[in-house]
Amino acid sequence: MIPELGHYALVLALALGLIQSVAPMVGVRMHDAVLMRLASSTALMQFVFVAFSFLALIACYVESDFSVATVYENSHSMMPLIYKITSVWGNHEGSMLLWVLILSFFGALVAGFGFNLPTTLKAGVLSVQSWIACAFYLFILVTSNPFLRLPQAPFEGRDLNPILQDIGLAIHPPLLYLGYVGFSIAFSFAIAALIEGRIDAAWARWVRPWTLAAWIFLTIGIAMGSYWAYYELGWGGFWFWDPVENASLMPWLAGTALLHSAVVMEKRGALKIWTLLLAILAFSLSLIGTFLVRSGVLTSVLTFANDPARGVFILAILVLFIGGGLTLFAWRAPMLKQGGLFAPISREAALVLNNLFLTTACLTVFVGTLYPLALEALTGEKISVGPPFFNLTFAPLFVPLLLVMPFGPLMAWKRGDILGAAQRLMAAFGMAIIAILLTFAVADRSSALAPFGIGLAAFVMIGAAVDIVERIGLFRLPLSVVRQRAAGLPRSTWGTALAHFGIAVTLLGIVCVSAWATERIVALKPAETVSLAGYELKFEGIARRSGPNFRELAAKFTVKKGGVPLGVMEPSKRSFASRGTTTTEAALMTRGVSQLYLSLGDTNNDGSIAVRLYHKPLVLLIWLGAVVMALGGVLSLSDRRLRIGAPKPAAKSAMQPAE
Amino acid sequence: MWRVALVGVFISLAMPATGLAVQPDEMLKDPVLESRARDLSRELRCMVCQNQSIDDSEAPLARDLRLLVRERLTKGDSDRQVLDFLVSRYGEFVLLRPPFEWKTLLLWGLPPAVLIAGAIALSVKSLRRRTPSPEADPLSPDEERRLSTLVDTANPDH
Repeated sequence: MIPELGHYALVLALALGLIQSVAPMVGVRMHDAVLMRLASSTALMQFVFVAFSFLALIACYVESDFSVATVYENSHSMMPLIYKITSVWGNHEGSMLLWVLILSFFGALVAGFGFNLPTTLKAGVLSVQSWIACAFYLFILVTSNPFLRLPQAPFEGRDLNPILQDIGLAIHPPLLYLGYVGFSIAFSFAIAALIEGRIDAAWARWVRPWTLAAWIFLTIGIAMGSYWAYYELGWGGFWFWDPVENASLMPWLAGTALLHSAVVMEKRGALKIWTLLLAILAFSLSLIGTFLVRSGVLTSVLTFANDPARGVFILAILVLFIGGGLTLFAWRAPMLKQGGLFAPISREAALVLNNLFLTTACLTVFVGTLYPLALEALTGEKISVGPPFFNLTFAPLFVPLLLVMPFGPLMAWKRGDILGAAQRLMAAFGMAIIAILLTFAVADRSSALAPFGIGLAAFVMIGAAVDIVERIGLFRLPLSVVRQRAAGLPRSTWGTALAHFGIAVTLLGIVCVSAWATERIVALKPAETVSLAGYELKFEGIARRSGPNFRELAAKFTVKKGGVPLGVMEPSKRSFASRGTTTTEAALMTRGVSQLYLSLGDTNNDGSIAVRLYHKPLVLLIWLGAVVMALGGVLSLSDRRLRIGAPKPAAKSAMQPAE
Repeated sequence: MWRVALVGVFISLAMPATGLAVQPDEMLKDPVLESRARDLSRELRCMVCQNQSIDDSEAPLARDLRLLVRERLTKGDSDRQVLDFLVSRYGEFVLLRPPFEWKTLLLWGLPPAVLIAGAIALSVKSLRRRTPSPEADPLSPDEERRLSTLVDTANPDH
């Protein structure tokens, strides 16, 4: 009964979605306020029905109803409750339902909180949002229904892929989807504006919070996925340039560019058309990302190998929204009036440079990810594009981006003073050079480029700090004034500085790990020791244990540094009987922000076991930097000007330093 | 979701117990040769895996390739010779960094071309802005008259 209710609720959501797709648009044409207002109610109700449908699916998993095909395929009665719930979105059908749940949630948010949007724009946005929703409801109902029953209910489920039975991966997809789907709002705003043929600075102000929220979720989602791959896949890498990873990186790059160009549009009324294009592109890449991630679906779309119905449907969705969006853009955008002139040296120009590098970086990832697929489809020739390609092409684009970054916030709008900015960045230059020299002196010379990476990170970090120091007048004004100024500084300024600082933190982690990580691969017998980077690990022995739905072989190591015991590391190998698979659980020991990483290999006949031990200096900074970036985003999101409807008191604005 | 696809594929390939890619018994005694072997391994694709280098992969084929690389290196091959040998045997698919040639022209060329085109477009645009823009055009006599009427009606006491 429950699966049928869930299925039915989804059909009802589709019916509402169809109404919402048409009625508000008709209302806009006919100036009918009732039809336009209809969109808000249907958007809220859509969310209610999809949420009901999603809860129904969760209920099927929790009570292990194996008569439902997807539950049988992806669950097991002995699994811990948390994984029973997370396995709802550990497969194609369930994850699509999660996708529309988030989509309808965002729609409901616009309906509920967009009270100061112009009626016509709000109706248009909700209508476009509903076009997307309907396409996905149909896709789920026609090709990927998670509620389908099996003719005969099996006794036991086939278990969730063991590698997914991990808390990191359980929250990772919802975060990514919040990011992907969040960009749908920017897309809907762009399409609605194009249809209406009117766009102004206020548009950018309405779109920015949604984009920012999506960007925050995506940042955290990507970082979490990266950390998961690092500790779960057992070979200690943090980024593999795998198509599934690239799929989430592309919307992030486009979204970052969009955030920056939206600032220019909001403050100066310039870059309108470009911002619209980025809004369309960010969501287009999110759509591609959604389908790339889903089990290499895009590969099968291009080859039509398995399940042609699904492939054709996905292709239709991509063509409809990406092709349709871009066509509408090409047709209507030239009619929009461009505005806002600025000098080649100005904050706008710095942000344009930012956009140039970010979009090129995004294009590099796009071409690298899809080129092998396209080449094979067109000529039948197979090539591989892997990490060596991306490292060579992507990094050179980020270096100039980061070099320009500290200048941006220090320059004035319209006409900036690059010498003045350089002067104010003197401290950062100086510290960067000291950092480079120190690194050359202290570290081993195995990587000639690494010290410059450290220098760049230092330059960006201090550059971000300089921005704040300058604005609040630290070191040159009395402390009471400084405190007052700091309190009066807009939160978005703090957010910018923090986010820029965060990317430098990530860079620092990446440089250190790439240049100075060390590893040992050895076969050890009990009581033997292995040493690396000053740490001594003694292999104490092997224990066999059993978990709720797996058995594991755990090796115990005691760790010492300079004779001082630091603790125990227990890497293990788990075997899951229901699928006959094994996973490697690496053991991590965190020392400050560096980590020791130990994973197990095969056991040999002579009683020894192969182990791989890494020392990863400053590795945690890679993900901490992402957290700092996201915090910057949150601060910026809490800025008064973005809290929709909150007017800025005059007293505060008078206190802001002149820009 | 992340690397589910990848993981799914190599699990379905009946991979042996997950664990280490490079095994202790494969490694060469000479640390210089071994480090060259590791660097080369990162450039080579495990052809039965999805987008994994032979250095990362646990598949038996990857192990065979790793041993092959080491065999060639101990025989005195240069890095280039090892790569050429593997390409002649397995095709260009084995290289994770495709060579620059006609069929990869767009792959290597498109991003720099877009970057350069973008930079040129931007500098042309900013040069053009130095010349008087339409906004700086003087008002026509008719517009002057209309403006003064508007100002007068807005401030009658003036």
